[in-house]
Amino acid sequence: MTGNDAKYIVKLNLKAVKIRKHIIEMLYRAKSGHPGGSLSAVDALVALYFVHMNLNPKKPNDPDRDRFILSKGHAAPALYAVLAERGYFPVGELKKLRMIDCMLQGHPVCTYIPGVEASTGSLGHGLSFACGVALAGKLDNKNYNVYAMLGDGETGEGQVWEAAAVAAHYKLDNLTAMIDRNFLQIDGHTENVLKLESVRDRWSSFGWNTIEIDGHDIEKIINALEEAKNHKRQPSMIILNTTKGKGVSFMENNVDFHGVPPNEIERNIAIEELSLIEKRLEASL
Amino acid sequence: MSKKTMVNPRNAYGEALIELGKKHKNLVVLDADLSKSTKTIMFAKKYPERFFEMGIAEANMITTAAGLASCGKLPFVSTFAVFATGRVYDQIRIDIAYSNANVKIFATHGGISVGKDGVSHQMIEDIALMRVLPNMTVIAPSDATQTGKLVHLMAEDYGPMYARVGRADAPLIYKKEDVENIKIGKGIIVEDGSDISFISSGTMVEPALEAQKALSKQGISARVIDMHTLKPIDEKLILDCVKDTNGIITAEEHSIIGGLGAAVAEILAEKNLCTKFLRMGIKDTFCESGAPSALLEKYELNDKHMVKNAKKMFKN
Repeated sequence: MTGNDAKYIVKLNLKAVKIRKHIIEMLYRAKSGHPGGSLSAVDALVALYFVHMNLNPKKPNDPDRDRFILSKGHAAPALYAVLAERGYFPVGELKKLRMIDCMLQGHPVCTYIPGVEASTGSLGHGLSFACGVALAGKLDNKNYNVYAMLGDGETGEGQVWEAAAVAAHYKLDNLTAMIDRNFLQIDGHTENVLKLESVRDRWSSFGWNTIEIDGHDIEKIINALEEAKNHKRQPSMIILNTTKGKGVSFMENNVDFHGVPPNEIERNIAIEELSLIEKRLEASL
Repeated sequence: MSKKTMVNPRNAYGEALIELGKKHKNLVVLDADLSKSTKTIMFAKKYPERFFEMGIAEANMITTAAGLASCGKLPFVSTFAVFATGRVYDQIRIDIAYSNANVKIFATHGGISVGKDGVSHQMIEDIALMRVLPNMTVIAPSDATQTGKLVHLMAEDYGPMYARVGRADAPLIYKKEDVENIKIGKGIIVEDGSDISFISSGTMVEPALEAQKALSKQGISARVIDMHTLKPIDEKLILDCVKDTNGIITAEEHSIIGGLGAAVAEILAEKNLCTKFLRMGIKDTFCESGAPSALLEKYELNDKHMVKNAKKMFKN
């Protein structure tokens, strides 16, 4: 897939819908997991894995590959679905999420899931890990870039700000982070749980290049990633303004679906809604 | 008593890093504003491009090391034992142990002989915290010579490892040739004896040797084991001590819970081995500020108390 024309973007949006369907099915089967934050992260993951990043699923350990670290590890279903669709492992594995003796753990683990770079799930670690990858890249004069996605609530963790300081100090311009800014965390609205605004000012004041976009507009995400990659002497933070539960009407902006899977009826409705979006997109091709 | 040569194990660590830095081009060192104390500054001066000052931000330092390791680097991470373990437990657990990252944590200022800085800087739980983590190797070198060798061995073997030394200068126990063939996971019989066994680690090996000398003058023959690796622990050597001597005293500058004494007790209990047994260490308490020797006396962790305990055990 090359070219930045309208049909190309529609195809990417179709891929995103497919990923969202996987997420619903996976969580329904697993009877546990995190739909809201998985659905909000999908479009950025599609932009990264199907367009922007330099990677080869047949060589997941290629030393020159771009790396992506899912710091908000509870969005694992989104990452797994993207990795499977991209060819890192068979799509059939997705059915076995969170099941005993199966590969796909509740939260990502790097030792045995192809394509997973870091073991996450305990919030606040991913950006630090990305700093290590970026420092190694600088040391070895490698051209690879490293990407990390954080939850907005996750930035309450102090370690995130330790990493933010280090990335700016070492001028890690091979590092791009993203915040999935969906304004919801388990206990409610982020500004009521622990105020985060101004998110952009916080990162700017730490010495980061900041970009703020609609986190569901794949074309804008692609452009922002390119802009961040070309920005020199500073790490970049892309604030993705997103909707928790994106794509499923009753999950959208509904904090109750942070960590609760759909039941059978909810799953059926969700799949139906996503299929409608799919049909509309196909019609525009 | 002949005068002992005192060498600081931290210096041995710094020197070993320089040697290893030459041999392993992928070796990198991280420190959190304590490089002058941990002696990683020696490496920093020699290989500035491979030294990363991470500031007073230990959690980030640990996870960053894991990121570096994921790109084929061989990170040695240093700070004081309190900040290298308890403060960053979750980072070690997930990013190093669970992820089986090739990160070596080398901590200094372990135990109470840190002295006057007090409880905030006296780490007596680190061995327990690290020992319970799957994949983690746990090491406590006993003198500068052995420290140098063990740091080399840590670099040669793949996997998560934790090592701790104390703050103070320590009497030399070994010559270079003595440590040539040591292995991680294999304890050492430093002095052999037939009545009781001291199984000691780190800063407690040397006092055990002093106790052994004093006891021999009183007709008690003590074996002194240097159990420099706490995990995996040398089970065979422990079983040999049960077989060859009539009692075991463990000694460590650490809580009696979860460390060397506990590791030995676990093996004795599971093997149904009945022997006289005593754990010397910090007895489930926080200590206080004071001169190291005064602290070790008050908390009953020196050669004098080893002699006393051994005599009591032998009499019964």
